[in-house]
Amino acid sequence: MTPALSLPRKLTNAFMLSLTGVCTALVLGVLFFILGYIAYHGISALDWDFFTKLPKPVGEKGGGMANAIVGTVKLLGLASLIGVPIGFFGGVYLSEYGRKNTLGFLIRYAADLLNGIPSIVMGIFAYTIVVLPMKHFSTLAGGVALGVMMIPIAVRSTEEFLKLVPASIREAALALGLAEWKVISFVVIPTALRGIVTGVMLDLARVAGETAPLLFTAFSNRFWSRGWLEPTASLPVMIYTYAIAPYEDWHRQAWAAGLVLLILVLGANLLSRLILHRQLKG
Amino acid sequence: MSKPVFEIEKLNAWFGERHVLKDITLKIEAQQVTAIIGPSGCGKSTFIRCLNRLHEVVPGARVSGTVLLDGTDINGPTVDPVSIRQRVGMVFQKPNPFPTMSVYDNVGAGLRLNGMRRRAVLDERVEKALKQSVLWDEVKDVLHKSGGSLSGGQQQRLCIARALAVEPEVLLLDEPCSALDPIATARIEELLLDLKKAYTIVIVTHNMQQAARVSDVTGFFLLGELIEFGETKQIFTNPKDRRTEDYITGRFG
Repeated sequence: MTPALSLPRKLTNAFMLSLTGVCTALVLGVLFFILGYIAYHGISALDWDFFTKLPKPVGEKGGGMANAIVGTVKLLGLASLIGVPIGFFGGVYLSEYGRKNTLGFLIRYAADLLNGIPSIVMGIFAYTIVVLPMKHFSTLAGGVALGVMMIPIAVRSTEEFLKLVPASIREAALALGLAEWKVISFVVIPTALRGIVTGVMLDLARVAGETAPLLFTAFSNRFWSRGWLEPTASLPVMIYTYAIAPYEDWHRQAWAAGLVLLILVLGANLLSRLILHRQLKG
Repeated sequence: MSKPVFEIEKLNAWFGERHVLKDITLKIEAQQVTAIIGPSGCGKSTFIRCLNRLHEVVPGARVSGTVLLDGTDINGPTVDPVSIRQRVGMVFQKPNPFPTMSVYDNVGAGLRLNGMRRRAVLDERVEKALKQSVLWDEVKDVLHKSGGSLSGGQQQRLCIARALAVEPEVLLLDEPCSALDPIATARIEELLLDLKKAYTIVIVTHNMQQAARVSDVTGFFLLGELIEFGETKQIFTNPKDRRTEDYITGRFG
């Protein structure tokens, strides 16, 4: 006969369980509150104009942020082009060849240091190596700043997801008589791909909202930015500019920009998951 | 009497400073099932991993001695371990199909990833391997499904098919049934008895009855040494060494 659970234990159990419930509710609550607040304020400002029109001159009502949306997309695209390959291959090296050697240690340490550098300092870095030689602001400079910021997270998350692939899978591939590079390329990386893509998407989401490095690299632009060598508007910088301005209309548009940025990031996340899901099934 | 497939002479193996195999000398004959038995930690897994050069993959691991495969030392300086592994296949204790590949792609992996592109040939080799591992009828309509969607016993037969598709000379099995239920185990044992007509098989097992059921020749390992090696019947009914007898009768291990 097992003795009944004593009352003190039951009470402690109930109390702790409630505590975890409260914490969960708090976290989810904060998240949904932020999302809801942005959605509420942003939706009222979202209209066709927002997506298609350029900003109106200061003081005039109306206009949109079409150029900022395109600018953000261009910046993130360029950042990915820089950050993803370097991060990916760095992660592959760390996981497959550099788990215990000196070079691996140095790379990890450097990545962690790079990650800790304040984003505005990254901006200064890109300013120095791109803006100054070119003597003007550009999308390229902004892309470089964001791209370099992407590297450390991409490296570490790729490494972590590759390390999650069990040794048994690697051994099975080796035992078939496959060269090591084939084992890595065709068995280990595909197995970890879902996680790696998720890591990259989260990385992208992080840099999508970075404003400080863009302030003196991509700067801003009231008009369309052509190519890669002109300054460009971007959603985060527009939010910054509009939110601190005295115009009610601009405040409205800043909320809308915040909402669009959020949707862009969530959308990219969902899209990547969808693609991976299809890849695994087919 | 044909030439032995493996001639192993004074094989020693280390993990760093730990000396795990000591002066192992034996021959593995063709078209036979050789069982390797012994208590946990005796070196039997390490031994077969020396036969396909999987031992050296562990950092700090090394070997000495000769392991002749059809007359050539597999550890020779000009020998490519990848080519050895294509001739000596392995099936592991826990079934490990590649999780992102379908049944068909799993079985064909050894061929496809080594350059075989012709669909017709792949189809044929995959079907043959699946038939050899008695899995064809169960999976022929679901070849596109993920390898992980099969049951444990089916997954292990899938791994056997994957190893066989490469058409190795030797098949090494490291406790292939220890993660399986008795029915699945029986099917795999049946399978091995059939496979030995075409392949040379070395099976490590901690299950003595399995060794007695399945093998022609048995080697008993203890603490890194080969204590006794001979016909299975003789080992189990009339062992020459006292330690073998003690292990067989269950006095330890």
